[in-house]
Amino acid sequence: MAMFWTTQKKELVVVGGGPAGMAAALSAYDQGVRDILLLERDQYLGGILNQCVHTGFGLNYFKEVLTGPEYADRFIKRIGNIPRIEVSLKSFVIQVHKRKQITYIKPGALIRVNARAVIMATGCRERTREMIHIPGSRPAGVYPAGLAQKLINIEGLLPGKDVVIVGSGDIGLIMARRFTLEGARVRAVVEIQKESRGLVRNVAQCIDDFGIPMYFSHKILQICGSARVEKVRISKVDEHLIPVPGSEFEIPCDTVLVSVGLIPENELIEPLVKLDAQTNSPVSSTVNSTSMPGLFVCGNAYKVYDLVDSVTRDSELAGKMAAEYLL
Amino acid sequence: MSHTYDVAIIGAGVVGASIARELSRYRLSVALLEKEAEPAFGVSKSNSGIIHPGTQHPASSLKARLCVQGNLLVRKIARDLGVDFKEVGELIVAFSEDEALQLLSIKKEAEKIGVPGLKMVSRVWLHKHEPNLNPKAVAALLAPTAGIISPYRLAYDLIENALKNSVELFSDTRVESVSMHGDLFEIFTTQGSFRSRYLVNAAGLFADTVAKMLGISDIEIIPRKGEEFLLDKKLAGLSRHLLFPIPTKTSKGVLIIKTADGNPMIGPTAQDIADKSDLSTSNKGLEQVLLSARKLIPSIDASNIIAYFAGLRPVAGEDFIVRLEGKVPRCVTVAGIQSPGLTASPAIAILVRELLVRSGLEFQKKSRFYAHRKKTIHLFSFSSSKIARTIKKDHAYGDIVCRCEMVSSREIKDAISRGAKTLDGVKFRTRAQAGRCHGGFCTTRILKLLAAELMQPVTAVSKRGKGSELIAIDKKDSSR
Repeated sequence: MAMFWTTQKKELVVVGGGPAGMAAALSAYDQGVRDILLLERDQYLGGILNQCVHTGFGLNYFKEVLTGPEYADRFIKRIGNIPRIEVSLKSFVIQVHKRKQITYIKPGALIRVNARAVIMATGCRERTREMIHIPGSRPAGVYPAGLAQKLINIEGLLPGKDVVIVGSGDIGLIMARRFTLEGARVRAVVEIQKESRGLVRNVAQCIDDFGIPMYFSHKILQICGSARVEKVRISKVDEHLIPVPGSEFEIPCDTVLVSVGLIPENELIEPLVKLDAQTNSPVSSTVNSTSMPGLFVCGNAYKVYDLVDSVTRDSELAGKMAAEYLL
Repeated sequence: MSHTYDVAIIGAGVVGASIARELSRYRLSVALLEKEAEPAFGVSKSNSGIIHPGTQHPASSLKARLCVQGNLLVRKIARDLGVDFKEVGELIVAFSEDEALQLLSIKKEAEKIGVPGLKMVSRVWLHKHEPNLNPKAVAALLAPTAGIISPYRLAYDLIENALKNSVELFSDTRVESVSMHGDLFEIFTTQGSFRSRYLVNAAGLFADTVAKMLGISDIEIIPRKGEEFLLDKKLAGLSRHLLFPIPTKTSKGVLIIKTADGNPMIGPTAQDIADKSDLSTSNKGLEQVLLSARKLIPSIDASNIIAYFAGLRPVAGEDFIVRLEGKVPRCVTVAGIQSPGLTASPAIAILVRELLVRSGLEFQKKSRFYAHRKKTIHLFSFSSSKIARTIKKDHAYGDIVCRCEMVSSREIKDAISRGAKTLDGVKFRTRAQAGRCHGGFCTTRILKLLAAELMQPVTAVSKRGKGSELIAIDKKDSSR
């Protein structure tokens, strides 16, 4: 059987080529680690930054105002100049084994790498409509906000024209502005809590500046529509988040964006280390570490950060921790 | 349309698909008419995927007989078509001495119709074999011949095989009226008219509508809604068997279902409704299912749910209706095929063939019938070494599109070449978008693959047919 796959050896394997993985790999290199493999499943490095065409990145880390792709580019360029950091794109990790063996596949090959240390920088995924149990039908036109962002910013595809946004996470707020700029009507942002979960600057720049109606202490009762979304039913909620009878109203729309938070993606290491059942973060006493020596987790996979600048800072620390473990 | 078919089948759910495949063994020209964009998009798509042993129905019913027969027949079909069938067994669980007594009468009734291997099991047995089961359970009836199968993959593979054996499928083809001219039916549809000598009405929820077009007025289909909730694959080992409570008059109750894809499922509810298009889920349904499911397995939590949906069972009285119409010659009605319809479908197909023989259709075996199809490749079901070999042979199997369920671009292109036209069609065939992120990461790529393979603009790609397109405007489209 062994003839079908290749086995490699590496000092350090970093899983994920977004801001966290890039910072961790560079920092480990700066600390003296010389045999690094960076695995990225997409066809380019940069991760989610590639679809974040708005500005506001780098204020803390670079003391500059950058777009997502510009912020990513600074790290991508540096990695490109370091031959000892081997980058493997379109490389999808299917298993992380005990003793830090990693199996990944890419077009044409299944490869096993025996690593001495591993940094998981696998980012996070969006919480879905299903996770918050919005009842109703299941028509086309319900999108996680990040998917809508990718469709518009990367593919140039506008998913809909009349939009209601559920939740006031940062992606939702940013997408409210994006849809408006693309000529769509954002009918409402509906937030169950009394205030926004997003950054203050995003509320001001993405919602207030565009006069988008924001409904706090409201929730979506039902999504209606058979083939495509036709409307949503909304209600006020009381301090226990229970719908207030008689306060229901409807908003016609063809699109519902769901922006109700992010969850660290740690399914790959779930069989190996303890994860917090609520947050899906690794249970550990110090940032980036796990219950398994030599296995580190950084960036949004460790915990969901508000700013990429903080992801970079903490992921650099993960690189240092891995270097200390190895050297 | 000049061509006259020997048989037209209305409805390409799993029942229509089974009938089509059965008829495709013979020298007959068969048209399969489906109103949706793809087969199995109606009642069948919400099926639980249980192959029932036959423990749930009165021994005298048609349901019971066809269920027991179907349970045997489906195994060979699954083997021939390369669909995974797993005999996992079911437990009907009793929580009191009273309920345990009921189990004995269920057992007796089922043995009358030949359900094999039934066995009462004790609390101790349950504790050992179903460690997550509520310890308050006192006994259970074990039916070892219960199994699980993917209802979509079965339906799609039946149809694929029927098409290989010369059946013609017409999707997006809604029947609007039927008239009879001498020995022929003329079926008027949204895609023009079809002529056939024989007609099989397997229109599921709309079997009554089609019956009325033929002047048959004694069938009424009441949609009985069932809400189901799919749990994360991580909980694949939640139960070892299918777990049932003691059945009530209207339903089998809320079950703990093992599925062919690993995700456990809980449900369904059972509620008669009026609107045949109402597929909405509700908070009430969720609460009810959680409450009942927890009675069987107390550790189930709302946070384990990754997806939910509602399906409609086509109810036409207590039993199945599979009959030759007296007033309308050469017409077979197949109606009211609710549970255990999936299990019974191969037996229904044979019964329909027999009825067609009785009404004069001549059946001659084809000299060449392709009974087998090549098993579809699903990377997620392979070992590492098999994945390695598969990728080596065709590099595109290493190009992963859906990360939650590990589906490659090659598998998606394959599904499209086998008939998938929509995002749901791709999902049901491959599982891409069916995982915990719900397509958040892979929808874009699948959208582009569908557009490219079907040579249509992305704005034409839909979730499940016309009206459910995903993209309003393509900003790159310069012709706009």
